Amino acid sequence: MTDCNEALQELYTYLDGELTADRRRHISAHLNDCSPCLEAFDFQAEIRLVIAQKCRDEAPQELKDKVARAIGLDPATGQIHP
Amino acid sequence: MADQATFADQAMPLMGSLYSAALRMTRNPADAEDLVQETYLKAYRGFAGFSEGTNLKAWLYRILTNTFINTYRAKKRRPDETELDEVEDLYLYRRLGGLEAATMGRSAEDELMDWFTEIEVKEALEDLPEQFRMAVLLADVEGFSYKEIAEILDIPIGTVMSRLHRGRTGLQKRLYDFAVSRGLADPEPEVAATPATPVRGVES
Repeated sequence: MTDCNEALQELYTYLDGELTADRRRHISAHLNDCSPCLEAFDFQAEIRLVIAQKCRDEAPQELKDKVARAIGLDPATGQIHP
Repeated sequence: MADQATFADQAMPLMGSLYSAALRMTRNPADAEDLVQETYLKAYRGFAGFSEGTNLKAWLYRILTNTFINTYRAKKRRPDETELDEVEDLYLYRRLGGLEAATMGRSAEDELMDWFTEIEVKEALEDLPEQFRMAVLLADVEGFSYKEIAEILDIPIGTVMSRLHRGRTGLQKRLYDFAVSRGLADPEPEVAATPATPVRGVES
């Protein structure tokens, strides 16, 4: 049985999907049985989602056009200039 | 020209994500635009050397990162390797986790999304010292694996993991400061105020 400290130690490697299948199974089994750990894991997973969603910016149209022109594309169509 | 068409198809759609990363790196829209433009030009010129089937996004991020380090960062002082305090694990969870239960009938997901504004999350990330900021950005915003981050930043995987760990806890501490400043959370348990003198009941 994996204990809580062990699970928390591997919290990030687990959430990052970087554990071996075997370790992953161990931690998952612990999370099934331990709701405090599951809550902590969920919270971290959520925070990560918040960060990912709130740090998105759209590239300005002007920049898209400039780059397109610089590599020989027609900014209007995104197609190669004839 | 097949290369040009492939580049247009595959690299151009990634511009929003590269621009976001460039903004977090430079913290300045004008520099971010220059950085992205330079990255695309370098990538385009070197596209012939890019081997098909490998990760184009990771390759572009490597160019972006190197260009940033060599050009934009050179203007400023080199980052100090140790300018981030150690923060305990589960910092934010231990302080905010309990609040979720107190709110009525809404899911934890909705709560967390609503607690912090886009400006706060961006600021919390941008306030991290550069080496930690880059690791968190590549992992949590862009979803790169440890191995990819190690290659993009040219550092060992163990270093990726320790920078990520410290960067994430540092970012959570910053988010907590925002929560406190908006009155969502208490700074420290306050010393109980002296009970006010009971007000005499108004005689009727």
